[in-house]
Amino acid sequence: MTHEVALTVNGVHRTARVPARRLLSDFLRHDLGLTGTHVGCEHGVCGCCTVLMDGEPVRSCLMFAVTAAGHDIVTVEGLAAPDGTMSPVQRAFQECHGLQCGFCTPGFLCTVTALLKDNPRPTDDEVLEGISGNLCRCTGYQNILKSVHRAADLLDEEA
Amino acid sequence: MSTRMFGEPIPRREDPRLLTGQGRYLDDLGRDALAAAFVRSPHAHARIIDIDVAGALDVEGLVAVYTWEDLPGRVGEPLPLLIPHPSLTHGRTAYPLARDVVRHVGEPVVMVVARDRYLAEDAAGMIRVEYEPLPPVVGIENAARADHLVHDDVPGNVGAVLLQETGDVAAAIEHAPHVLEFRLDIERSASTPLEGRGVYARWDADDESLRVYSSTQASTSVRAAIAARLGLPPGKVEVIAPDVGGGFGVKIVHPWPEEVLVPWAARLLGRELKWAEDRREHFVSAAHERGQVQHVKVGFDGAGRVLGLDVRILHDHGAYTPYGVIIPIVTSTQLLGPYKIGAYRAEVTSLYTNTVIVTPYRGAGRPQGVFCMERTMDRIADHLGLDRAEVREANFIGPDEFPYDQGLTFQDGRPLIYDSGDYPELLRKIKELIGWDGFAGVRSAAAAKGRRIGIGLGCYVEGTGVGPYEGGHVEIDSTGRVNVSTGLTSQGQGHQTVFAQIAATELGVPIEDVHVTTGDTRRFGYAVGTFASRAAVMSGNAIALASRKVREKALRIAAEALEADPRDLDITDGVVHVKGDPGSAIPLRTVAVLSNPLRYAFDEEAARATQFAVGGSPEDPPVASGDEPGLEGKDYYSPVRSTFAAGMHAAVVEIDPDTAEIHILRYAVVHDCGRLINPMVVEGQIHGGVAQGIGGALYERMEYDESGQLLNASFMDFLMPYATEIPRVETDHLETLSPLNPLGIKGAGEAGVIPVSAVIASAIEDATAIPIAKMPLSPAELFHLMSARERMSQRILS
Repeated sequence: MTHEVALTVNGVHRTARVPARRLLSDFLRHDLGLTGTHVGCEHGVCGCCTVLMDGEPVRSCLMFAVTAAGHDIVTVEGLAAPDGTMSPVQRAFQECHGLQCGFCTPGFLCTVTALLKDNPRPTDDEVLEGISGNLCRCTGYQNILKSVHRAADLLDEEA
Repeated sequence: MSTRMFGEPIPRREDPRLLTGQGRYLDDLGRDALAAAFVRSPHAHARIIDIDVAGALDVEGLVAVYTWEDLPGRVGEPLPLLIPHPSLTHGRTAYPLARDVVRHVGEPVVMVVARDRYLAEDAAGMIRVEYEPLPPVVGIENAARADHLVHDDVPGNVGAVLLQETGDVAAAIEHAPHVLEFRLDIERSASTPLEGRGVYARWDADDESLRVYSSTQASTSVRAAIAARLGLPPGKVEVIAPDVGGGFGVKIVHPWPEEVLVPWAARLLGRELKWAEDRREHFVSAAHERGQVQHVKVGFDGAGRVLGLDVRILHDHGAYTPYGVIIPIVTSTQLLGPYKIGAYRAEVTSLYTNTVIVTPYRGAGRPQGVFCMERTMDRIADHLGLDRAEVREANFIGPDEFPYDQGLTFQDGRPLIYDSGDYPELLRKIKELIGWDGFAGVRSAAAAKGRRIGIGLGCYVEGTGVGPYEGGHVEIDSTGRVNVSTGLTSQGQGHQTVFAQIAATELGVPIEDVHVTTGDTRRFGYAVGTFASRAAVMSGNAIALASRKVREKALRIAAEALEADPRDLDITDGVVHVKGDPGSAIPLRTVAVLSNPLRYAFDEEAARATQFAVGGSPEDPPVASGDEPGLEGKDYYSPVRSTFAAGMHAAVVEIDPDTAEIHILRYAVVHDCGRLINPMVVEGQIHGGVAQGIGGALYERMEYDESGQLLNASFMDFLMPYATEIPRVETDHLETLSPLNPLGIKGAGEAGVIPVSAVIASAIEDATAIPIAKMPLSPAELFHLMSARERMSQRILS
């Protein structure tokens, strides 16, 4: 038994036929070929699979693809400008060495993109709170915190 | 742009790809491949009575089911014992799929192949395995008691007894003015990269060749293992480590059962096949580390100088020993740290238990050794009423005593000789950074406000850059692009950046022109792997040496073209020019063209190298004897022994007097890894290492119950730190060059993690005045220790 799933991903209307049990993360990765969204635990703790649904960060491993039907999804592949220019959040992560192996990074980028949209000038504590649902095993988080503040600066400069 | 890139904190060149979702990790490959899933043992120790696969056969999309009996010849043999050692008298390794007996929860029993992973798991769920449970051996001391055996033919569950000895320790302790004896415990933890293991194999029937992608730290060795098991010429097997989502040691083990089975089945089925590990599989079937019980006896004088140290360690290596006794060797040698102590004896008994295998995790036995030595230093200071830093200093090897021979044999089979270091200076720096000398006042001021704070210190020496060798290949093509390759792999260390910095500096080219490939046997076939903080030292030096060869050749060819003396030439921004005469110049891309005498021109530039265009003597061959066409070079770096980095950490912690919550107020690191290639990358390594160390000190442990079930095999229950648990790390560096290698560098990858448990224990002890002998320490455990002490002091009062 499969279902037609129609949704918007990174501004593009996409459709695919999938079983009801297909996770949104697997749907994005395997059915749509958007492998930038990573799967680190499949139980909603690590945050690697975080994508934006209607602008809000969600764990795509805790959702079925059919649940996302009709919604607007943005993945890491959709964060840069159409001409490929990296977003301020992406640029800040490079500038501040906010990533090492890069596996958790797409989840952080989506989380931080939403965080700064809600709160363009977060305090240290608000940044900590904002990223406290994403695990990183490489960086020790220090440069990720720095990246978030730097991204806020870059967004400010470009506003 | 300046071509002097070595030592600069330049942004990483791999980042744009990884930041835009263009990374290619194992499970991002092979979209149309079949998927493998495994039926794994639910028992810690059991005999397999029967495997009934009938239920799986009706599952839609099922392609194949394999048990051990289906595995032919060498495919079904026990996995290799990678590092044999004379002390490992009873080494045992697992079969790729269990044969007759399972020895830990998670051991693979059946492999299922289906159209996708969902269906493979459906089928795996329908397979019935009948087991006869056997008594499990769980816990180090149960293993030592040996009421039951993990392997029938291994008496006492003892895989190895490793002895390290210098001097007469019994006599030294007997004659020492002071003697202390105590026990220390360290729990299990694990590398836990966010990407698990994974293998993807493609068999090309027309070419009779196999391409394997694996999330590994050792692609060349995986290739050798697969070729041997599958009976293929190594030249017909390619192994590529794609982007790897963290390793930290666990991915140096190879071949994993899946690395043999997936390529074998892909070839048999003539279909692309992939297995990507899920998180629970990683917890119960990859590898763990750390777990040790240490019995310490130390004799010392009134200044705190250690005269004799006798350490008996029980080490839990899990169900099998594919990685030999590397962790016991590292613990028992690196335990000595920056100190010259009198007589030393360490005896490590490495024991089998019915748990996941124990193989190196970042630090690889050093955190345990350093915990032992640093706890010892603190106990000596406490006993003598001396300052803890002072006691350490009394035992330091002096800056003028290098090379310093510790008289033991290190993990590379070479003598444990420290090449260089300046430990008093490291201590001076860390004391200054953390404010050690003024802390007594800070502590009492806090105490006056009812706050309990304490300071801790930990020192370590880390043997890095172990051999036997790594190589580098550097090629400048006719577009001026510099292709650099090395065989070892990358898991986030920034190799594409730091190796490019080395090549760009040596060659005098813009870093944008340099492109680095690692871990791809198609590009470089000889390598050892990425572990033991060795990549920068080994491949970094090999790439520097290869670059120097290319530079020399480029200058020679350019000198002919410019009619100049090579000694008068320099290379700047990719252009060879006469020093002081920028007009007399030739770009490296043109030198590359000239280096390759051509018959056929494929473009205008190439026409310059064709046979009627080039001059030269008609008596000489176009390629001189001993020369080669092309502007490329290859070289290897093979050190006589390891180079020894060092560092010191200090922390200030606060303990909540009511809840025993442990809060790290400050964390400081002073680190010496010789010359820094990219300070930003080194700092990143330190931050990450410290975070893992804090996980190991306060949060992470593998909770096995008495039946061998891992109770916390998920990220819900295994407490890996989030950002909220990790303090800001303050860093400072010292650069004591290594005399052993051309670049003067030492490894940095593991450093951050090594002394953290020792430092945190030291600080908690300082804050609470309760002896800390166990790590990790949870608030609940500390609360019980605090309550016990309170009860005891009330008893004394009443």
